[in-house]
Amino acid sequence: MQVTFPHLGNLWIPVKAFLSSLGHDVITPPPTTKRTLSIGAMHTPDGACLPLKVTMGNFIEAAELGADAILMVGGIGPCRLGYYCELQRRALARAGYSAQLIVVEPPRSGLVQFAGVVRTIRRGAPFRQILQASRLAWAKFQAVDALDQAANTVRWREVSPGRLDACIRRGLALLDAAQTCDDVKDVTRQTLHDVEGCIDDSPHPAVRVGVVGEIYVVMEPAVNMDVCRKLGRLGAQVVQPLMFSSWIESHVVCDIARWIPRPDVMSWSRPYLRHFVGGHGVESVGHSVEMARSGLDGVVHIAPMTCMPEIVAGSILPSVGMAEHIPVISLTVDEHTADVGFDTRLEAFVDLLSARASEEGRFPRDDGLCYNRAQGRWRH
Amino acid sequence: MSLTVGVPRALLFHEYGPLMLELLRQCGARAVLSPLTNKQILQAGLDLCVDEACLPVKAFFGHVAYLAEQVDALFIPRFVSIERGAYICPKLMGLPDMVRARAPSAPRIVDPCIDMSRGLGKTMRSIGELGPALGVSSSRVAVALTRSRKVASASTRGRLGDGEPIANGNGIRIGVLGHDYNLNDAYISLDLISKIRRLGAAPVTAGAYSRQETARWERQLAERGAKRLFWTYGRRLLAAASRWLDTGEVDGIVHLMSFGCGPESFIAEVIQHEASERSSLPLLCVNIDEHSAEAGLSTRLEAFIDTVAMRKCEHASDLPAPGQPVDTR
Repeated sequence: MQVTFPHLGNLWIPVKAFLSSLGHDVITPPPTTKRTLSIGAMHTPDGACLPLKVTMGNFIEAAELGADAILMVGGIGPCRLGYYCELQRRALARAGYSAQLIVVEPPRSGLVQFAGVVRTIRRGAPFRQILQASRLAWAKFQAVDALDQAANTVRWREVSPGRLDACIRRGLALLDAAQTCDDVKDVTRQTLHDVEGCIDDSPHPAVRVGVVGEIYVVMEPAVNMDVCRKLGRLGAQVVQPLMFSSWIESHVVCDIARWIPRPDVMSWSRPYLRHFVGGHGVESVGHSVEMARSGLDGVVHIAPMTCMPEIVAGSILPSVGMAEHIPVISLTVDEHTADVGFDTRLEAFVDLLSARASEEGRFPRDDGLCYNRAQGRWRH
Repeated sequence: MSLTVGVPRALLFHEYGPLMLELLRQCGARAVLSPLTNKQILQAGLDLCVDEACLPVKAFFGHVAYLAEQVDALFIPRFVSIERGAYICPKLMGLPDMVRARAPSAPRIVDPCIDMSRGLGKTMRSIGELGPALGVSSSRVAVALTRSRKVASASTRGRLGDGEPIANGNGIRIGVLGHDYNLNDAYISLDLISKIRRLGAAPVTAGAYSRQETARWERQLAERGAKRLFWTYGRRLLAAASRWLDTGEVDGIVHLMSFGCGPESFIAEVIQHEASERSSLPLLCVNIDEHSAEAGLSTRLEAFIDTVAMRKCEHASDLPAPGQPVDTR
């Protein structure tokens, strides 16, 4: 059985490590490209949200490479993600692929089915091996999160464009090859050290921008037009609160061990959104509020077209922006979104934030450039 | 003086209207109902709401805008779930918050949380919290709720006149799939039900079937390996479609969906897939939004019913003489 799974940012590194450690023959789908998107869009309804189309494309591209089992997550609503598996099962069958979809449903929706899926994935591996595989995967989850966070935080200070990203890419390749938890730790330490070498230490003024939205489009650079990198290149420090490790902590660990307190995003969003709306609606609003209160300069909200929770969040965010005094820009992505459209809008947004920051006296933070509104340009 | 409470005539009002109005009356509030959706109301809704929302939500905002000026409070229950194990839709779950954010001039919003997935008790308690908002005691609300449930269940269902035979009709039965709040709103649905009736066909809607019926057809789908849906309206539509495709008790299916409706984009795909696999009935999918024009729907509907009529004649043993045109009127 050659098993594959959908792409989501760097998710493939830990998932591949987990499955290979259990003795599975893993086929990583080719990286998400325009082709992936157009294949996916061909086999899915046009009104569906983008993650369905992308993951569908991933499955078909992996099936072309010979994958015959596909791991996918299920769900019990109200977000459409929970029903992806049904549409994908039908689409795969209709397109003539025999690959079997293994859907990991939450244990709440049926223990028997859950146990069956666990048995399929486990493949009779002893408990010790499962524990080792989980530990390695967890270490890799934390490592890819650490690298992503590092890149987002310091990209605006890189000396020559592209050097930092090359360094991170190298680190990710080494992470993928790492076989033990100690290797993972070494690679992470070394890569973070290399990152230090790519950046300019002298203090500049920078605007700090938060990125919130639906988890898939926030974490998958191939579909969000690389928004974090774009913001970094425009000279903004990026704060992106969605991470694999925190997602696993709050959705898997806290769901089973209910006595562990969850991070309370709801308390931040309560003045504006008082009820969970599925997906990451509450997170988008809550994180934006928290970002405003912790002194960030602006928020970029990204959502797939027709995403229901994010439509709710997107309706509310302008009033959050007004009440918390933080500019918010909402960007929608689908398979027709063009790079350049994002470039211009993000550029204008970062310009606005810089102007606003310097007007309110938050610039210059130490020295360097400062925006002069009367002259309409930057000066020292 | 009693409190004037505005009730928008949109979305789940079409399902729980009598209950809502009776509850407010029993609590001593004066309920003001917005008129049927019309052009001005929809336009006001478009101005207030985000572009990406679906047509019925936009219309809801229009009703809110209409009422905002004339009432002390707006009654916008937060419908999370109306049965165990299924939700309504994320947009309806966040509706009171969306209204608060988009219509800052709106009066106070009274939003009891209706979440039957957590049990009737919790829902009753949440409705009981209406008391302070309406200026009455919680116990009075509880009594009012019990009474109004009785009154509302006594009021008849099936306002769409499901399955009624049509005078001088052509004997064609058309299954109509669509969210109740769209089909019951003649302006939003472009009067689909009456149009079908005017063309001589008898419409049957998915809302005509009981919960048990829905569950029965859902089980049949599950036996064929389909995953259970977790949206109440989606379950109803899919179960009805499956029933019609299996039994052939209607001659054709018209599916009215609103553009941008999340659940429907998925359900429509499944229904189309089922219909093409079983290839028993013709299916017409109509997508509506604020730009839909009446003429577009009329021509498609006429053509569809013509097709259904011709198909029915071909299948019937008493075929008309060859070459003879089929009169669908």
